[in-house]
Amino acid sequence: MIAYLARRLLYALPILVGVNVLTFFLFFVVNSPDDMARLHLGVKRVTPDAIEKWKVERGYDRPLFWNAPRPGLAALTDTIFFQKSVRLFTFDFGRSDEGREISRDIAERMGPSLAIAVPALLVGLLVNVTLAMTLAFFRGTYLDAWGVVFAVVLMSVSSLFYIIGGQYLVGKLLRLVPISGYEGGLDAVKFIVLPVLVSLAAGVGSGTRWYRTLFLEELGRDYVRTARAKGLAERAVLFKHVLRNALIPILTGVVVVLPLLFLGSLITEAFFGIPGLGSYTIDAIHQQDFAVVRAMVFLGSVLYILGLLLTDISYTLVDPRVRLE
Amino acid sequence: MTASPRALLEVRDLRVSLSVPGGTVRAVDGVDLTVMPGETHAILGESGCGKSMTALSILRLLPAAGRVVDGSVRLDGTDLLRLPEDAMRAVRGRRVAMIFQEPQSSLNPVLTVGDQIAEGVRRHQGLSRRAALRRAVELLEAVGIPDPSRRASEYPHQLSGGMKQRVMIATALAGEPDLLIADEPTTALDVTIQAQVLELLDQLRRERGMAVLLITHDLGVVAESAQRVAVMYAGQVVEEGVTADLFARPLHPYTRKLFAALPAVGKRGGALEVIPGTVPSLTAHVPGCRFAPRCDQAWALCRAAAPGWHPLGRGQGVRCHLYAEGRDRARSLPPGPAVVPASMAVPRDVTPTPLLRVRGLQVHFPIRRGLLQRVVGQVRAVDGVDLDLAAGRTLALVGESGCGKTTVGHAVLQLLRPTAGSVRFDGEELTRLSGPRLRQRRRELQIVFQDPYASMNPRMLVGDIVEEGMLAQGTLPDRTARRSRVADLLAQVGLDPGATDRYPHEFSGGQRQRVAIARALAVEPRLVVCDEPTSALDVSVQAQILNLLRNLQDHLGLAYLFITHNLAVVEYLAHEVAVMYLGRIVERGPVGAVLRGPAHPYTRALLSAVPVPDPAGGRAVIHLEGELPSPSQPPRGCHFHPRCPEARDLCRESYPETVGVGTGHRVACHLHPPS
Repeated sequence: MIAYLARRLLYALPILVGVNVLTFFLFFVVNSPDDMARLHLGVKRVTPDAIEKWKVERGYDRPLFWNAPRPGLAALTDTIFFQKSVRLFTFDFGRSDEGREISRDIAERMGPSLAIAVPALLVGLLVNVTLAMTLAFFRGTYLDAWGVVFAVVLMSVSSLFYIIGGQYLVGKLLRLVPISGYEGGLDAVKFIVLPVLVSLAAGVGSGTRWYRTLFLEELGRDYVRTARAKGLAERAVLFKHVLRNALIPILTGVVVVLPLLFLGSLITEAFFGIPGLGSYTIDAIHQQDFAVVRAMVFLGSVLYILGLLLTDISYTLVDPRVRLE
Repeated sequence: MTASPRALLEVRDLRVSLSVPGGTVRAVDGVDLTVMPGETHAILGESGCGKSMTALSILRLLPAAGRVVDGSVRLDGTDLLRLPEDAMRAVRGRRVAMIFQEPQSSLNPVLTVGDQIAEGVRRHQGLSRRAALRRAVELLEAVGIPDPSRRASEYPHQLSGGMKQRVMIATALAGEPDLLIADEPTTALDVTIQAQVLELLDQLRRERGMAVLLITHDLGVVAESAQRVAVMYAGQVVEEGVTADLFARPLHPYTRKLFAALPAVGKRGGALEVIPGTVPSLTAHVPGCRFAPRCDQAWALCRAAAPGWHPLGRGQGVRCHLYAEGRDRARSLPPGPAVVPASMAVPRDVTPTPLLRVRGLQVHFPIRRGLLQRVVGQVRAVDGVDLDLAAGRTLALVGESGCGKTTVGHAVLQLLRPTAGSVRFDGEELTRLSGPRLRQRRRELQIVFQDPYASMNPRMLVGDIVEEGMLAQGTLPDRTARRSRVADLLAQVGLDPGATDRYPHEFSGGQRQRVAIARALAVEPRLVVCDEPTSALDVSVQAQILNLLRNLQDHLGLAYLFITHNLAVVEYLAHEVAVMYLGRIVERGPVGAVLRGPAHPYTRALLSAVPVPDPAGGRAVIHLEGELPSPSQPPRGCHFHPRCPEARDLCRESYPETVGVGTGHRVACHLHPPS
């Protein structure tokens, strides 16, 4: 197992190098530092001097890959590629184009992101599994049929509707919680409730429907018939036998997104004014802050690879048939 | 069938319907059964006859589409069909337990074996968790699982097929039931393991006074283990009786046909009896006898009126107009269980030049481990196999699952590249061929796979499937010519030319296997590897396919490498046989010599384990201990010595040489030392 994980981590390296090189090309070759400077300075203030000054301030005045005048190794290290891209591998994100330390921003904004994303995931999982189990228990009845219809209706509505509708209903009409914003400490709860409820509403239709299918698939298996032949009650069959097996695909589907929770949700955070990493990324895109976007793209791919690795490990934990070799 | 006061289980007029797209199937249509305490009662029938549905209705475990329409199922006088659901749950597992055909899928993969047994113990005996687990270990011991306390903490996938079925039996014993329903309990197992499981069931029945309702399609299994048997056809019991009587004198034309369709030694050279037509669709009401359209003794009455049940004494009865009161029984009784007169066609015992010559064939699969995926061992799937096969002849390769016989077939065809050894076909070394030259040769080497459901592309029309080989080989460039050849081929294998424009799923298993044979024949091969072509089929359909294969051989001079575990098929079809054990041939020679004078203890055990459809046979089964070892670590010395009843010190030390013990009969065993 250790050998397997080590090998998987080695496989991850070329992927990260690929992501790194690709983003470098997009951000510095397709879109040159001069273009960035022009965008940032705005049409009125663009002069060759201003551009040069902007580039020097941010370290974009170096050559892309090879700094010929510098001696020895510095010819390689004193370049945009090395300073801006290779350094990402040590999680040294440098400064944003606004001049702020990116690592510190990330550390600050991770908290609010997790405060929304973790409860949303857990509540969603619990509600979806419960509803799906209920439908599976009442399979073939009207409750099941209407439950599926309702789930399809829920999943057919755009998530933007849930956000705006939720803000209107809960925030404006009922005046229960603020419609946007965030505070630290215990006060955070009142800002978290609405986004969590909205993401639950947006995901419950597709989640329930999918989990119901998983449960029904397991219910049709031979070992369920064996369990019934032992004289077990339907409740015991569902909870002990079916749930254990259906949880395998459910859990592994959840584990793969766990690391990505750190990055928060772009849309939810933007709409609810949550100062998390999702809104950070959106803001950076708005402000053409490529240093931040680059850092987030790289971090996202690292976390995604981590998620896939965690999925493989979680398989070995929940499914005795799987061994990593 | 008069109701007996001491019957354990009495099923009366049971009717079960199954809803299917486009109607309802009367899967069970008026079945009566009586099971006495402590007896094994078999229900014999082919797939789709309703035997499993009958069994599932007793426990009220029918699939969602199934429904009991009418009838009663009395257990000690209580009608189970009228019990409320939670009272029924107290019956399941406690009074009546059930085991199923596929032990692999019938056990929960994510729970330990011990848990799954303990679950039933806790449910029915109210023991604590720990006491239940202790009981589970005892039960595992009772069903003959070595090292039961370790096994109890293992998961099903860590056990072999035979052990899983033992675990299923232990699960069923947890509630100490009065009746055990065993639905095809040994169909998925090898003969030697089947013998072990049947013996276990019988021992448990005797020790515990438990009745067994044995559902099976295998006449041999019935003869071995059941005291009484009911034969089912199309949802009805057509004949019932004491096993010995029924086997000695089968009465219903269907039962007689079943016996005649069995491949056996007396029928060599002749064609096997087949039952024409197919089982009628049970969606519509059949006014007459359900078997009438396929019965060669049917007359007008059979098509007009359904026959009633005619008791004939000694508990035997039959549902057939031939035995109605007042009819002249002597006239209607054709001679005893028909053995088709063997025509003894051509005694092809001249030794022709071999078409296929395999020498020292090895196929090893590397086991890789660790960070750098270093090779740490080899699975020696095939480890030095020699074969010779001449045109127009059949060489059977027999052995238990996992012995490497399928791998040999694939390596001969170069579907798998051998690790070492030579495969010469028609004088040319195949192992060195590649690219277009090999492709050209493939035309002469074809294969028919075991599972006709999985081996054809479900999205392709039958015509395209048959045509594909000709296209790939470019044998017939003209489309019209190709199409007419497809029609010819389908006709040759006994299919309607209209089959061309249909998809594989529209056909039955036997018909699909015919398509697979037509596909193989399309490129005019000289050698066909038949990999268990009939093991997924019913007896009567198996007979049709075996007849077809034999017929094609006679007409086209095909050579067959026939891979099978069914020794009856070997006797019927093969000229020579090679017995494989753990990657090596332990004995080979002419069929008659090997099967009647087996020289290797393994061959002897294999032969003795085959259930014979003769209750009076009284054969002694040589019980093999344990199971096939892993081919990655074969035992030292003779591979077979750990299971061999005749093993000696020498057997633990060295692998025996192959020596001749008769004309063409060779064996590798220390009992036969080289002279």
